[in-house]
Amino acid sequence: MAALVELRDVVKHFPVTRSLGEIARGAHPAVRALDGVTFDVGNGDAVAVVGESGCGKTTLGRLMLKLAEPTGGAITFGGAPMAGLTGERLRDFRRQAQLVFQNPFDALNPRFTIYRAVVEPLINAGIDKAEHADRVASAFRRVHLADFDRYFDRYPHQLSGGQLQRVVMARALVLGPRFLVADEPVSMLDVSVRAGILALLREVRETMGLTAVYISHDLALVRYLCERTLVMYLGRVVEDAPTEEIVRRPRHPYTKALVAAVPVPDPDQSRAPLPIKGNVPDAREPPSGCSFRDRCPHAMPRCAAETPLLRSTASGHRVACHLD
Amino acid sequence: MILEVDKLQIHYSTRDGTARAVDGASFTVPEGRIVGLVGESGCGKTTAVRAIMGVLAENGRQAGGRVVFKGQAMDEATTRKLRWRDIAYVPQSAMSSLDPVYTVGAQLVEVMTKRGNHSRASARARSVELFDLVGLNERRLADYPHQFSGGMRQRAAIAMALALEPSLLLADEPVTALDVIVQRQILDVLRSLQQRLHLSMVLVTHDISVVAYLCDEVVVMYAGQVVESGPVRDVLARPRHPYTMGLRNAFPDLLSDALELVPIAGSPPDLREPLSGCRFVPRCPFAQPICGIDAAMSGNGDHRSACRRDSEADTLRTAALDPRTWQRSSSFAMS
Amino acid sequence: MAERADPVTPARTSWPLLPVLRRIVAMPLKDPFAFTGILIYVLFALVALFADQLAPIDPMEILFTKAGKLAANVPPGAEFPLGTTNLGRDIYAQLVYGTRSALAVGLSAAIIVSTVGTIVGLVAGYFGGATDAVLMRIADMALSLPFLPFVIVLTGFLGASTSNIVLAVALLLWPNSARVIRSQVLTLRERAYVEAARVTGASAWRILFVHIAPNILPLSFVYAAIAIGWAIITEASVSFLGFGDSGSVSWGMMLQDAFASQALSRGQYAWFVPPGICIVLIVVAGFFISRGYEEVFMPRLRGR
Repeated sequence: MAALVELRDVVKHFPVTRSLGEIARGAHPAVRALDGVTFDVGNGDAVAVVGESGCGKTTLGRLMLKLAEPTGGAITFGGAPMAGLTGERLRDFRRQAQLVFQNPFDALNPRFTIYRAVVEPLINAGIDKAEHADRVASAFRRVHLADFDRYFDRYPHQLSGGQLQRVVMARALVLGPRFLVADEPVSMLDVSVRAGILALLREVRETMGLTAVYISHDLALVRYLCERTLVMYLGRVVEDAPTEEIVRRPRHPYTKALVAAVPVPDPDQSRAPLPIKGNVPDAREPPSGCSFRDRCPHAMPRCAAETPLLRSTASGHRVACHLD
Repeated sequence: MILEVDKLQIHYSTRDGTARAVDGASFTVPEGRIVGLVGESGCGKTTAVRAIMGVLAENGRQAGGRVVFKGQAMDEATTRKLRWRDIAYVPQSAMSSLDPVYTVGAQLVEVMTKRGNHSRASARARSVELFDLVGLNERRLADYPHQFSGGMRQRAAIAMALALEPSLLLADEPVTALDVIVQRQILDVLRSLQQRLHLSMVLVTHDISVVAYLCDEVVVMYAGQVVESGPVRDVLARPRHPYTMGLRNAFPDLLSDALELVPIAGSPPDLREPLSGCRFVPRCPFAQPICGIDAAMSGNGDHRSACRRDSEADTLRTAALDPRTWQRSSSFAMS
Repeated sequence: MAERADPVTPARTSWPLLPVLRRIVAMPLKDPFAFTGILIYVLFALVALFADQLAPIDPMEILFTKAGKLAANVPPGAEFPLGTTNLGRDIYAQLVYGTRSALAVGLSAAIIVSTVGTIVGLVAGYFGGATDAVLMRIADMALSLPFLPFVIVLTGFLGASTSNIVLAVALLLWPNSARVIRSQVLTLRERAYVEAARVTGASAWRILFVHIAPNILPLSFVYAAIAIGWAIITEASVSFLGFGDSGSVSWGMMLQDAFASQALSRGQYAWFVPPGICIVLIVVAGFFISRGYEEVFMPRLRGR
């Protein structure tokens, strides 16, 4: 199966205001949000990108939707490089790639009615007005908001979080995209509502044959949505494997710590100390070689000298670690 | 019992009427134990804790019930005296409530000299102790809050709360905004505080996994009332209230084999409306006419439930494990 | 619940501006100061509109007594409600016609300031980069000019007409609103729904005018209200100093006249007190109105 989205050595730096000393030395400190990311998302796949704050997962999502440009490396979509997309071809891309937001309360313009919010992509894409009502209706049906007149004339502040997130999804689906990125789609929703939205994400993906990338810090949630998970740390992918493997047989020391740290609803769960030391280092000055080495319980001299590459160990399982 | 909350009622006066944010909630905190106060947004858990601390918003007031701390009923006057000294509070935004223009050490010293009767020297010595208790390096006392990471700021906020040696710590969502590894570290800090200082705690959270990890007892709240309470093991393994059963289904378990998350349809009631009977009825798959009456909590021993059908708890629990139960509301609920 | 066969398309796809307009209209009803301010404006507007009826005398006409002598410095009485100037002109008529000048100056300045300030703020805030840098440096330069001296110098170059005064005021006042609007745009640009608009394919101009501008317009309004007061008082000051438009009647011109003919030492209060009061009233009214809208549109300023 051909890959729908390909990333090759994608790098994204954010320049940082320099102190006088740094200007004097000619130094250009930057936050390396993404530091050489390479992977493919196959057509029809559901891939999760997990990691803690600062790992670059949100930046990755934005780059994949061309909301920002990479500083280095290349991203292709449907075989065509994203770098040169302008004009009509860019509009075409925008029709095919959509985003589900983290904060449903902020993802809709508070001054627009719900109908107006969902019809907007159709207006932007130049779809004939006669089709608007039907397409909006079918989008609403897909997200199980069937009684339209309860919603069309309302404003966002009149809806609950769960309903809003469904509206956000309706808006994302109204143009019939091929590719969906969901950035923490349920983290701001109440617990009893999350399950419904997650089920909806799963269902929609199946019925529409979408390729999906889910960005989340919550490994437990991601398990319900994706067959494959990428674990990121400080701008690099450290492990890329089927989700079940990540959860049951993690190979990278960071993944092991991450999995051990997730609490479960079992009062008898393990409370053993986590196999990790210290805190996340300053993103402007990550450690040389393997960026995880100052927190890794198994660090060796080689880890400081040489950055481990993402290599396949078993079928479909890639790890970036010298231990492997 | 270090803390007893008895039929507490907190009302907020809003433009659209009086919201009964807490409507007859009762629970207790045994000495030296960590009690988890769990529920979703709007259930009243934060309000209850703020009422205990006496830091309600301007439009909130205690309309009924009482709070008893160390055997003494608390009113306005006593709350003020006890606040920060014997009862400490780490609010939800504690991380961002550190003053950015003073070093963390200076803020600790100030709390101890102004509100306690420490001298500057003894306050400084105690600051070192406090940082050690929360797992922070004492050299960081000279740093400013912006030089701390999120997790470190939370530890500093906890250190400040402990400055005057309280017997009870109230923590409102202390780990919600933190990454999972840092979250685990903070939870471990709280546990060690319980062990080293025999500190009693009330932990407000929406996450039952956090409760399962840290707490000894759990109090489940819904729509301003306590629906279930008891030892964590009992409540999570054998829930007796349908809401707890539903909540349990809605939480993903990283380690379990089940791959089904079941939502609870509907949403919590509007607390400005006068409500009677069980508040969960519109969303409960087991609702029956008997649920329309007001009733007290029932149950044997420590594990109590507000469900009117408590005697059938075992049967209901088995049914609750089946996702199909939650897809249709009971006929009573629809009426 | 059965699904409907076809959806109900809303009769109108609501314009995002309507709730804003509703708030604009509703505010004075809640704030007594702003209400008073609006009342004062309405009164002055009516006076300006019906000046011909209220004062059927040409304010610049030199008048003579029945005896044929110059009707100079006549004290207030039945024929001349506020008396006459030292050149025999009706003070009351001047006051009434002066209203037109004041309102014209105030409103035109307000329109120019808010339009320019809003456009600059929007463009600088949204597009950033070099555009932003250039526009903000120009704004900084305008802000560093001393107000009154600049107006005087500009009218000296271009000619002492009311429109030049308005132009000068506008040139100096637009940076204030531009900067505030720009910072508001910077915040809005990062909001999720603006990003959503980008993802769903909206062009930059569409985002600016459909998503961002409606949130900005209340601020423009506030600054427009502030500009009215400033413009009027600047025009009065400039006229008082003698650099104003000698052809048209304005309150500032009246004050200048009164000062030049030593009305104070002669105790001719009826000449300079009324225009002074009018200036104060209209500027204070503008201030009350802008403060009222500030509270509504920038609620962080509300005392907590």
